[in-house]
Amino acid sequence: MSIHGLAVVANNFHLFLIGTLITLEITALSVGMGMILGLLIALMKMSRVKFISIIGVAYIDFFRGTPLLVQLMLFHFGILPLFFDTGPFVSAVITCGLNSAGYIAEIVRAGIQAVDKGQMEAARSLGMTHTQAMKFVVLPQAYKIVIPPLINEFIMLLKDTSLVSVISVAELTFRGKLLYSTTYEPVWVWGTVCLLYYVVTKSISMLGDWAERRLATE
Amino acid sequence: MIEVRGVHKSFGKLEVLKGIDCHIAPREVVCVIGPSGSGKSTLLRCINGLEQVNKGQIFIEGVEVTSSKVDINAVRQKVGMVFQLFNLFPHKTTLENITLAPIKIKGIPREEAETIAIELLRKVGLPDKDHVYPAQLSGGQKQRVAIARALAMQPRIMLFDEPTSSLDPEMVGEVLAVMKDLAHEGMTMVVVTHEMGFAREVGHRVLFMDEGIIEEDAPPAQLFDHPQQARTRQFLSKVL
Repeated sequence: MSIHGLAVVANNFHLFLIGTLITLEITALSVGMGMILGLLIALMKMSRVKFISIIGVAYIDFFRGTPLLVQLMLFHFGILPLFFDTGPFVSAVITCGLNSAGYIAEIVRAGIQAVDKGQMEAARSLGMTHTQAMKFVVLPQAYKIVIPPLINEFIMLLKDTSLVSVISVAELTFRGKLLYSTTYEPVWVWGTVCLLYYVVTKSISMLGDWAERRLATE
Repeated sequence: MIEVRGVHKSFGKLEVLKGIDCHIAPREVVCVIGPSGSGKSTLLRCINGLEQVNKGQIFIEGVEVTSSKVDINAVRQKVGMVFQLFNLFPHKTTLENITLAPIKIKGIPREEAETIAIELLRKVGLPDKDHVYPAQLSGGQKQRVAIARALAMQPRIMLFDEPTSSLDPEMVGEVLAVMKDLAHEGMTMVVVTHEMGFAREVGHRVLFMDEGIIEEDAPPAQLFDHPQQARTRQFLSKVL
């Protein structure tokens, strides 16, 4: 702890901010991908067609059952280069998106199953197809139930994006490592990194609280 | 109108329906009574395909609903159902609850669906409750909205699954009154109920079910005053 450390942080603060921005970008894109894919995987897992449901189960097993750090290296160095030439950023988004889809699928499935069975029955008894009943009756009620666990997942994912520094994406943690290795100011550098992560995750959780309150008034 | 032939239904090892045969004519009001677990609700749920039968056939207006080829959604549009726990859509207002199916399934324009819905709300005695959510309604009001919701599809048959069983006693009457009106208009109705007064007064026929079979099938005056079966007499002596 020294005045020198404060100067290091102040002089490089724009680099921290750029890193935070990249962290946010990766998180936002992964979450978007994870939500769409996660809903699809959840519906697949609940399918009455055995084959489709097995794919859903296997997907979730793989992405929840293996470390994200290992998945990042497998996809970035191994699998993705077989198909196209990706930079680290794209690899990071794809892998984090695939990974969060596994978790989001389970959140969505729990949400759908938490909606009273009578809702589906009432909708079906009016003559709706299964898809119509899901779309108009069950899913709109599941949204509310899944918001708190979904916010939790966003926060986890945001923190987990720090792992993408191993494939050299210049996000917040990567910038911290870089700066630390040239300045040797661990408390100032890593303290600032912590603070920036905290500010971002706190903002997400406040946004979640707000969304929950808004939906609760209905 | 409804024809049930040799229907068997099991849940796992438990056989709930053990060979049901019955016929329900157009404009007939049939009340189904019997102890809990006798299969009354299951029979009702088989009629609109919410449960699949293991054996036997059910026909509605000549269409076999137990066939694997039937368009069950088309059948259900003609068969309204009212549930014990109402099952209103909590995220929608009463008006939206009633108009959802006509708009989405039948493609009726919104304004027209809403006009019909408001008319139906008036019919069930809730003309000023169109923009409230189900949570703001009493049990009796919820059930009347549920009846209006089913009627909005203009069904030919209405199935009632213990519609007053989860209501506070003082709210039972308002729901039964709506059902009575419906019966007088000539709606074909199958009512699973514990309301013996309603069965006697409004029912054209009463089926007494016990342990998965129809023990007795007779007009209410006969079934209540001169039951033929010992089991019926035993049940009635406990509930009347």
